[in-house]
Amino acid sequence: MSSLSRAEVAKLAKLARIEMTDAELDALSSEFAVILGAVDRIQGAPLADVQPTSHPLPINNVTRPDVVIPSLTPEESLSGAPAQEEQRFRVPQILGEE
Amino acid sequence: MIRKNASEMAAALAAKEISSVELVNAHYDRIAEVDTQVKAFLYLDKDGALSQAKAVDDARAKGETLAPLAGVPVALKDIFTQKGVPTTAGSKILEGWRPPYDATVTANLKKNGIVILGKTNMDEFAMGSSTENSAYHPTHNPWDLTRIPGGSGGGSSASLAAFEAPLALGTDTGGSIRQPAAVTGTVGVKPTYGAVSRYGMIAFSSSLDQGGPCARTVLDAALLHEAIAGHDPKDSTSINAPTPKVVDAAKRADVKGLKIGVIKELQGDGYQKGVLNRFNESIELLSSLGAEIVEVSCPSFEYALAAYYLIAPSECSSNLARFDAMRYGLRVGAGDAEAVMSATREAGFGREVKRRIILGTYALSSGYYDAYYGSAQKVRTLIMQDYAKAFAGVDVLVSPTAPTTAFKIGEKSNDPLAMYLNDVATIPVNLAGICGMSLPSGLADEDNLPTGFQIMAPAMEDQRLYNVGAALEAALLSKWGAPLLAKAPALGGSK
Amino acid sequence: MNYEQVIAKYEPVMGLEVHVELNTNSKMFCGCATVFGAEPNTQTCPVCLGLPGSLPVVNETAIESAIKIGLALNCKVTPFSRFARKNYFYPDMPKNYQTSQYDEPICFDGHLDVEIETEEGPKSFRIEIERVHMEEDTGKSLHMGGATGRIHGADYSLLDYNRAGIPLIEIVTKIIPGTGKYGPEVAKAYVAELRDILRSIGVSDVKMEQGSLRCDANVSLRLIGSDSLGTRSETKNVNSLRSVERAIRGEMIRHAELLEKGEKVKQETRHFQEDTGTTRSGRSKEQAEDYRYFQDPDLVPVAPSAEWIEALRKSLPEKPSAHRKRLQEAWSVPDKEMAAMINADLLGTVEATVNLGADPTKARGWWLGEISRIANEKELAVEELSISPKDVAEIVELIQKGELTDKLARQVVEGVINGEGTPADVIAKRGFKVVSDDGALLAAIEKVCAAMPDVAEKVRGGHLPAAGALIGAVMKETKGQADAAKVRELLLGHLGQA
Repeated sequence: MSSLSRAEVAKLAKLARIEMTDAELDALSSEFAVILGAVDRIQGAPLADVQPTSHPLPINNVTRPDVVIPSLTPEESLSGAPAQEEQRFRVPQILGEE
Repeated sequence: MIRKNASEMAAALAAKEISSVELVNAHYDRIAEVDTQVKAFLYLDKDGALSQAKAVDDARAKGETLAPLAGVPVALKDIFTQKGVPTTAGSKILEGWRPPYDATVTANLKKNGIVILGKTNMDEFAMGSSTENSAYHPTHNPWDLTRIPGGSGGGSSASLAAFEAPLALGTDTGGSIRQPAAVTGTVGVKPTYGAVSRYGMIAFSSSLDQGGPCARTVLDAALLHEAIAGHDPKDSTSINAPTPKVVDAAKRADVKGLKIGVIKELQGDGYQKGVLNRFNESIELLSSLGAEIVEVSCPSFEYALAAYYLIAPSECSSNLARFDAMRYGLRVGAGDAEAVMSATREAGFGREVKRRIILGTYALSSGYYDAYYGSAQKVRTLIMQDYAKAFAGVDVLVSPTAPTTAFKIGEKSNDPLAMYLNDVATIPVNLAGICGMSLPSGLADEDNLPTGFQIMAPAMEDQRLYNVGAALEAALLSKWGAPLLAKAPALGGSK
Repeated sequence: MNYEQVIAKYEPVMGLEVHVELNTNSKMFCGCATVFGAEPNTQTCPVCLGLPGSLPVVNETAIESAIKIGLALNCKVTPFSRFARKNYFYPDMPKNYQTSQYDEPICFDGHLDVEIETEEGPKSFRIEIERVHMEEDTGKSLHMGGATGRIHGADYSLLDYNRAGIPLIEIVTKIIPGTGKYGPEVAKAYVAELRDILRSIGVSDVKMEQGSLRCDANVSLRLIGSDSLGTRSETKNVNSLRSVERAIRGEMIRHAELLEKGEKVKQETRHFQEDTGTTRSGRSKEQAEDYRYFQDPDLVPVAPSAEWIEALRKSLPEKPSAHRKRLQEAWSVPDKEMAAMINADLLGTVEATVNLGADPTKARGWWLGEISRIANEKELAVEELSISPKDVAEIVELIQKGELTDKLARQVVEGVINGEGTPADVIAKRGFKVVSDDGALLAAIEKVCAAMPDVAEKVRGGHLPAAGALIGAVMKETKGQADAAKVRELLLGHLGQA
């Protein structure tokens, strides 16, 4: 798979919730041809019998005790909110059942 | 005063030759003088800095014991949250956002009395090698204002090279501290992964990101390293062990009997001749100081770039999902929540960020995970194995930091792949989670621009970087007669 | 179609997913409080708000609870368990990914045996448990501007993130075939038993009405005897045990009706409607999305030691089913009565009463008899009445001691329920006192015999049935506060017929 069609890029953009223009989709599609070509090199690596590393650090079991720590005040929590009402974050209409 | 090193400034403060307030004001004067040309800063926190400085002066007057760097100013890469101060990560999507909390690193600086002058420019969300991806403006290399200062932490390194600050904080995911250091003639260190807390460091690629010290000398970097490193219970990936004694190592600066490995795969074609010349001279210097030089091979490094450009975008596609116009940041667009989310992310993210989010979304999607993200994680294992094998026979590994000197602004911005190649020597360090340093190795013959020498050491052996780095630095200083930065153009026309 | 018609031809295959909200003091990945009903956004911090730069650190008690749940369900505990990110966008999820677990859940491969009453007697079913894993809850949205407060027709929403980050444990069964017409009952029994176990190990208050226990039911139908699987639908918003049963029954009928018409069942998520007992198609927020699971790089693996797991296993209390068997034997309760007590959810109450000294049969009699009757009359649940095991134990004791008759006791029960206080308060207030003083009784008896000489004469003459009228009169004389048996004894003695 060393290129992405414009339709495939559009699907990914939707998955990533980015509303791209047609021009952007076209540009990305052609850029990807080059980028994926480079990234595809990885298929040539000797990966049989190799375990994946998901973490550079060999640590396990980092936990915290079940103790309450003071939170932010509601004012602090809401301080960045584009819109708020009744001490809650006000967001546009959410479609769909919950 | 602004031309001194941080440790010299600290000594002057301790001797009460100058107050922190005076020192801070001197730096703001310098910034006013040259930053219209360099554009290293996104935000200056004069009120905050001066009140911090005054607090240090007051404490000193009372005879309180202060941390070694108390009262010395620092420039903070705009990726670290600072309570109440605009933090943008170089992006429009966070324009004007004032965090309600300090990053642990920020808190550590404050605890040590290190005065935060302001936030420095960066490639948006740390994605880039030139600081051209900043949503605000590019930063200009003080050595040649038509050229890039490196990235993603170009603002921090440029501020050092322009004497706007004696210390700076950066973050390094694929070379974002080391490569700017190399092209600006300054020192930059990526500590062992987990040495510096990531709490409050806006995430790009969580398993690669690491905060680190930037300075004009190795000793300064060591002092800053000790001030910011340490275990943080708020970061699950934080190392729970004492910080290596890097200041002692920087003072030791003795390479006699050490074995230094030159990585075969990180030189040759693709590396600018002037860069290689300076690199080889530094090798010879180290040899003359009593180190044994050997050649080592790390064949898996061939796949490092590909692995990085799968892992980093994958993790960032998830890390950046939170920017959705609901709780903070930019909100544009009309219609329902999804429409507003999508319009905001389209307007608020720049091209490179969008490119990597899409690439990451792809690499993680069902059907492609094994071939892409999964395979990249395996390459990581190979790289760690190559390093382990190499380090079994040597104390440190070395290479040029970057293949070229600073290129012109705009030269590579239309060629993403060419841009990515800037990181080919620095990326393996992040993938393995080990530590790396870049220090100036001289000017390239072709263009009289700075080149960088990279030292790498095993995880948790950061002190080796500082020992070897300081030794080389001293030898080069001897050779040049003056620090490299003395050769930099005088900006603003005054001292 | 009706249910009988459906089960004549089809059988269900089910899958049940239960989410349990843990009762930890703090959230899954941060130290915010978890108090239910707090003012909006007062229990939030950079971590659970997903602010840029924030990082999670896992709650050790949540891990402990997850392991205890797995052990109680006979699961294996993973020696090496990881967190994964489930990526999708929704405003109630601050990071737009949920930190959960994917291919390395903390516990897996367990089972739970449940028993239901069938026509052929009690039958046991083994439900296989696929996995138990840890994840975090989302924030709560209020949908504003619409008529019903539901999402349809709302103009905008208000988000409260107090709930975001509260630890959730998800328990997923393997597919459940072989229940035939008892599918709905088995499902209900599974959730009920699960709830009892969770309550007994103390990890959650498991209140379905409050959302600390949530059930999603997956149902598909196939022809009886077939090997293949039909298309399944998932039903959410199942908020009570009764709804579990009704939802599955409703889905079975709905599927059958479609299949009979030759139509296909759509694989979709549906929402259970309490009022009609049917489901409505819902556009799921996770509709057909690729979650792009990958290991969360901000967290490190959970590797519980064998010693710790053993210690937790030893700390588990007796299983509810074993507990029930033990009580049934100790109290000599016939199966049918035992089932009635369990069905009425009164086992715990009766046990509490017995633990305070009451005779088991008497305690059972009061709770399932008079008290349940009153509850039904008032259209309330027994727990909602203001009478406690302590009250009932006291009443049983007073009857035992002869200080109360059954008749009086019923009035005392009524009085306690009406809020007149403890049994002692009611007795004092209403002046109940069993007249057991022989002298007083004899006085009443003489008075009555004098007033009804003909009847007394009849009894003296050996016509014992006539004594009834005299006893009645004595009871009236003593305002019902005499023990009828005692009165009879004394009366007969008095009239020479002892």
